[in-house]
Amino acid sequence: MLHRFAKFVAGCTVLLVLAGSLVTSTGSGLSVPDWPTSYGWNMFTFPPSKWVGGILYEHGHRLIASSVGFLTIILALWLWMSDPRRWMKWLGVSALGAVIAQGVLGGLTVMFFLPAPISTAHAGLAEIFFCITVAIALFTSPRWIQGYGGRILDDSRLRRLATATTTIIYCQILVGATMRHTGAGLAIPDFPLMFGHWWPTHWDAKIAIHFTHRVGALLVTIAVLATATAVFARTSISELRRPAGLLVALVVVQVSLGAFTVLTRRDVWINSLHVVCGALVLTTSLVLTLRTWRGRFADGHVRLQPDGTTT
Amino acid sequence: MRARSVWMGILSVALAASVVACGGKKDDLDAPDAGGAGGAKVDAATAGDINGVVSFDGVAPKNEPIKMNADPVCMKENTTPQTQETYEVADGKLANVFVYVKDGLGSYAYDPPAGPVEINQMGCRYHPHVFGIRVGQELDIVNSDPTLHNIHALPKGNAEFNTGQPIQGMKTMHVFNTKEVMVPFKCDVHGWMNAFVGVMDNPYFAVTGADGKFSLKGLPPGTYTIEAWHEKAGTQTATVTLGAKETKDATFTFKAPAAATD
Repeated sequence: MLHRFAKFVAGCTVLLVLAGSLVTSTGSGLSVPDWPTSYGWNMFTFPPSKWVGGILYEHGHRLIASSVGFLTIILALWLWMSDPRRWMKWLGVSALGAVIAQGVLGGLTVMFFLPAPISTAHAGLAEIFFCITVAIALFTSPRWIQGYGGRILDDSRLRRLATATTTIIYCQILVGATMRHTGAGLAIPDFPLMFGHWWPTHWDAKIAIHFTHRVGALLVTIAVLATATAVFARTSISELRRPAGLLVALVVVQVSLGAFTVLTRRDVWINSLHVVCGALVLTTSLVLTLRTWRGRFADGHVRLQPDGTTT
Repeated sequence: MRARSVWMGILSVALAASVVACGGKKDDLDAPDAGGAGGAKVDAATAGDINGVVSFDGVAPKNEPIKMNADPVCMKENTTPQTQETYEVADGKLANVFVYVKDGLGSYAYDPPAGPVEINQMGCRYHPHVFGIRVGQELDIVNSDPTLHNIHALPKGNAEFNTGQPIQGMKTMHVFNTKEVMVPFKCDVHGWMNAFVGVMDNPYFAVTGADGKFSLKGLPPGTYTIEAWHEKAGTQTATVTLGAKETKDATFTFKAPAAATD
């Protein structure tokens, strides 16, 4: 039951990431100028008849974020009271801390008129929070608790490769967030060429950020292909092969969405789905990475009951 | 005892210096930089005028269409197809051009502005779209629409502000403290709403109407750089030398961008 609830929270977080990306893609970040109130109303009593234009996105994002925050409180309490693993209790607390900090960052960025460093930190912490919820869902799963039947190899090379890939993906997301919040998304207006050439013909700060994101996409693709190749070459167990295959598929989609974001001059939905897909690439890689580390996790005297719960 | 007195003296001086420094800083921040304060008044007996017209050469690019379906109130108030106000050209004359004295004025003292300037959110548009205001002059921001707006100013020299006006008839006052040409306004609720204000430390500015005409009245004799600013076409300058009681003409012609004339 806890595992199902953790999966539900992670699913809601995907929706929250989509809502947040729509706020930026539609330029609605300041359509509600006050925080935590909304045009002077309590956030939860702000009349739906006033959710017009950009307010629909910004206020909707705040409400979804509040709901996810509430769900995270329940998740943290549930973990604290029922999970026997001490580190899992603290992981629940860290999820709660992250979602609170995330809310504060969201408020600060509104009050200070969307400064790029705060907005980028808000985007970066969103990914960390999403990673924590996915990790909790994974750690509470019966298969994880059973140790996948001891079938996962203790392969240090694969562990290092998967860990490096996840780190590279997160760095790439941070560069992407910087690009988004500094208005550099179309600093290089063509794709796959750059100003009609294979290398930018001129430079400024925004072009450099955009260029770094494109180079990052190349690095992520190479890292993901290397990890997936290593997984398929070294093991036949589905718990590693499935996320590896999914990761490759998501990277293909993600690169395509990135290209179409430029080609469509930042179409709102394509741009937003690019952000969501980036988060899914990160968490899929995280799941793969954590599974390669499963052998190194202490069991903490967890016993799985026939109904799937832990004691 | 003597050493103690010396230390007390040093502390007292430091404390006094801090109070003066802090107090001075606050005044600097709060006082509008009105410009020309303390200088001589313009002699009306020798003052002259600069009149002119702003033309547009070529076919003006089509203004972007606006989709107001994000807000039913805006849809209801605008039943005909709407476009942005970017290029308002009639008979080859360009409206919404801010014309002002960029350079050449000495240190004069000017009469305070007559009253507040108003920007009205009506029909999900800003009225006026381009206007001027004096440093320290009151700007009244009014919401005449039965829907909510936020007015978000994005200055570079003045303080940024973003004010919500959720109720029809709301009025908010704002004062700019520093000269700045131009300060953009936008509504983040209705992405098509934008306006521009020129904040001036002198009274010599005007905005062209549908006939493209402008007039800068009561200028003291001198040689001036006059600039014409348009939100999309950019800026043009002209140098005008004005003698005592003279009236001079200044004309500006903005050309259509290459893509629009093709």
